Amino acid sequence: MARRRPGRSRLPAPLLLIGPSLVFMTVLFAWPMVVGVAQAFTGDQGATLRYVQRMVDDAYFWPAMRNTLLLIVVLIPLQFAFALAMALMLRARPRFHGVYFYIWVLPLAISDLAAGLVWLSIFTDRGYLNSVLHMLGLQPYAWLSYQNPTSLFLTVLIAELWRATSLVLVIIVAGLQGIPKDYDEVASVFGATYWQRLRYVILPQLRPSLQVAMILRTILALQTFAVAQALAGRNFPLLVGETYYWYNFLQNPNVAAAIALVVLAISMVTAVGYLRLLRDRSPGAAR
Amino acid sequence: MTATRVRPPQPQVTAPEGDTGRARRARRGRAIALQVACVAVTLFMGLPLYLITLAGLSSRESLNRFPLSLLPTDLSVETMSVFLSSTGVVPGFLNSLQVGLYTLALSLLIGVPAGYALARYAFAGREPYQLFLLLTRALPIVVLSVPLAKVFLTTGLYDTTYAVTLLHTALALPTTVLITSAVFVAVPRDHEEAAMIFGATGPQAVLRVVLPQALPGIAAAAMFTFVMSWNEVLGAAILTLNQRTLPAQVLATLGDSPLAYRFAGGLALVLPAVVFIAVMRRYLINMWGTTLR
Amino acid sequence: MADIVMRDLVKTYPGGKTRATDNVSLTVADGEFLVLVGPSGCGKTTLLRMVAGLETPDSGSVAIGGRDVTWLPPRERHVSMVFQSYAIFPHMKVRQNIAFGLRMRKVPPAEIERRVRQAAEVLELVDYLDRYPAQLSGGQRQRVAVARAIVVDAGVLLMDEPLSNLDALLRLQFRAELKKIVRQIGTTTLYVTHDQAEAMSLGDRIAVMRAGRIVQVGPPLQVYDRPSERFVGGFLGTPPMNFFTAVVAEASGGTSLRVGDQALAAPRAIGAFDGRPVVVGVRAENVEVGTSPGEGRLRARVEVVEPTGSSLLLTVRLAEHELKVQAPPGFKVEPDDTVWLRCGPEALRFYDPESTLALES
Repeated sequence: MARRRPGRSRLPAPLLLIGPSLVFMTVLFAWPMVVGVAQAFTGDQGATLRYVQRMVDDAYFWPAMRNTLLLIVVLIPLQFAFALAMALMLRARPRFHGVYFYIWVLPLAISDLAAGLVWLSIFTDRGYLNSVLHMLGLQPYAWLSYQNPTSLFLTVLIAELWRATSLVLVIIVAGLQGIPKDYDEVASVFGATYWQRLRYVILPQLRPSLQVAMILRTILALQTFAVAQALAGRNFPLLVGETYYWYNFLQNPNVAAAIALVVLAISMVTAVGYLRLLRDRSPGAAR
Repeated sequence: MTATRVRPPQPQVTAPEGDTGRARRARRGRAIALQVACVAVTLFMGLPLYLITLAGLSSRESLNRFPLSLLPTDLSVETMSVFLSSTGVVPGFLNSLQVGLYTLALSLLIGVPAGYALARYAFAGREPYQLFLLLTRALPIVVLSVPLAKVFLTTGLYDTTYAVTLLHTALALPTTVLITSAVFVAVPRDHEEAAMIFGATGPQAVLRVVLPQALPGIAAAAMFTFVMSWNEVLGAAILTLNQRTLPAQVLATLGDSPLAYRFAGGLALVLPAVVFIAVMRRYLINMWGTTLR
Repeated sequence: MADIVMRDLVKTYPGGKTRATDNVSLTVADGEFLVLVGPSGCGKTTLLRMVAGLETPDSGSVAIGGRDVTWLPPRERHVSMVFQSYAIFPHMKVRQNIAFGLRMRKVPPAEIERRVRQAAEVLELVDYLDRYPAQLSGGQRQRVAVARAIVVDAGVLLMDEPLSNLDALLRLQFRAELKKIVRQIGTTTLYVTHDQAEAMSLGDRIAVMRAGRIVQVGPPLQVYDRPSERFVGGFLGTPPMNFFTAVVAEASGGTSLRVGDQALAAPRAIGAFDGRPVVVGVRAENVEVGTSPGEGRLRARVEVVEPTGSSLLLTVRLAEHELKVQAPPGFKVEPDDTVWLRCGPEALRFYDPESTLALES
């Protein structure tokens, strides 16, 4: 709604309104980024690869890298499939679906640390799972022992699945609600089965919501940290966990910064990868 | 002459086509299977919460026994009270509260006007701005936390709640701007125009007509910000030493604390979340739907 | 009470290729009810919004009551407006909605109370004053919008398609009420609509707009009876004016129009266009439909018969043209029948085939 007589200039309103946010974000994002890069690559005598070398040589680094990548490769598809299944179940509107939705969404607001502690109570040697096994007459198992790396991985996986699927569930439910029922009804009138409708009508229309959600979720999953801390400490090293250790316990912010940059690099690669993979290939679609 | 009663032919009462007993049984079978699946998922989601509540509210002594009882037999507030009286817990709680409220206030102060600008003005640079916001959401927190610690050290803000507030606000700002923008878009522009026709200036129109209608949405965004800040662990752990927030405090003492302490900590962190979801249920779908557009 | 003088208003929206308003000038006299009517996109709403102050023109001026308001914000123009979507504030009760303009002008509370009650009585809203808009029907919300507009006693009343969101029956009903109310308060009113029946029924004068320009202004019946161009004839009236091409033939016995292999009597004045093709316009109600041939009657074939209840709407084919004509409800006719059309020469209107403008005769 322009009101000014031509010739009278003043700072345009929108700029004034978004100005503070721009300044704030630039200072709190751009500046630290620069400092972070400097920290990783600058030592007392100028630019150096010493810290990067130290990082790579560390015994925990490569296991951490492997665990982190393994986690996202297994967790993300599982999470989305699980959330999609849950969303579709709710969509069929069974009785009590309101109650189900409430309970399924509860973990959404729980911090990753709390989630780790919750599953700790289940998986710890004298925890609830082993108690149940004992009562059934079975041998208890050391789920969280570093001698059982597979089960350790599984516990972290399950805890993360439990915690973060709710968020994906909400996103998918919101996305499903945005799909007009007409398409589905037309498809079924023309004889499509449930699976055909899912594949050809519903999933393609969910793609936009899923795209952003997957990128954000993956980047967040790359930073899985507190869950593993609660369950396994350093027995299950993860990249961000290592950052924490280098900073807090080994008092070496430079290596910590270097690891953080590795996380950033992986994040950007995966984001670009997703954008290409989930690109809309239909003719006439905006890329 | 006998009157013969001729019964008119009875119309055949047939069930609707295809609804044989078999089809009906299959439908019922599907409904039952669906319920079973839902219950299974509910157990997976809900049982752990029940268990942590049980663990947090069991007496110390019962937690040392094996196997653990799955039923609430030995309830006591002992575990929780020991946890709450441990050093650093109550201060941690207060710090979390302070950081949460400050973050809420700061992110609204900066974010709401920006959201309004996005909603109402088609200015040059609008698209780049939105892209900028989306990009910052995608940036890993860890990349910021370590260098920010150094920055705060030099500016003297290290180990204060202000430092954590600034980090949390930076994390919350993009979402706040995008959500409030969607909320303002939902208030029709002609409400503002009508207000101005009938005597309001631009700012008066926003204050008297737009904000009251946007309030529920903004409140929802505010609550989400608070919860995000409350739960944030990594940044808080790196940026503070003595002025820890609750999650940072629990994390720091994780290695040396007994199991009971950890269970109690878990329960203490979980409770607010449960209350929050109970209150925010209605807004969830709307908000996440809008932030993705 | 004030007049509105719009002079040479030009507006192009950013990113738009054509002008929304193209050098439009229009005067609404003090106390007059003028209706701006035209198809969607013709620029009528843009014009209204420039008078309101919600848009600023690229060039040109707007004066209200002799005061140049072109660059003034809406609240300094002392105008009142009813929006198409009503724009009733959902977070305020009806009472507070109506009182909004008065409150913003700092009118004393006792006075506000009195005037709100008065407006509520006129619009039959007294029982709803303490309800919230969500509890009202669409029609009632519309009344609240009108109440809010009339209670401030502005010099100029602006209305942007206020009836278009009502269902057909309510629209008809409220149209008459609106006319009564506006006449009662006597404010200068500028009213925008795309509905030509509404324009005809409400305005003291109507201004027909197309593609950013005003093509004709005048009292409704005059514009209806003598459209200045083909577009106006086709836009006003249900059914719209019929048009067909004919060649003028001047002869000693009189002037006639040749349509295909038939001829029709024409007014003498059109004889000046002897030998040239013209577009003839005639309204359905001016065409007599009969079943027997006769002097000066045109033969046509019936294609569609639509009973409207009060008459029979016939779509007939005359040479290569399709015409809509009316017959009394009892008229016996079937598709593919032949009928004979007669229209008096004084009811014919003539238009240039290329420019579509009315031919001066």
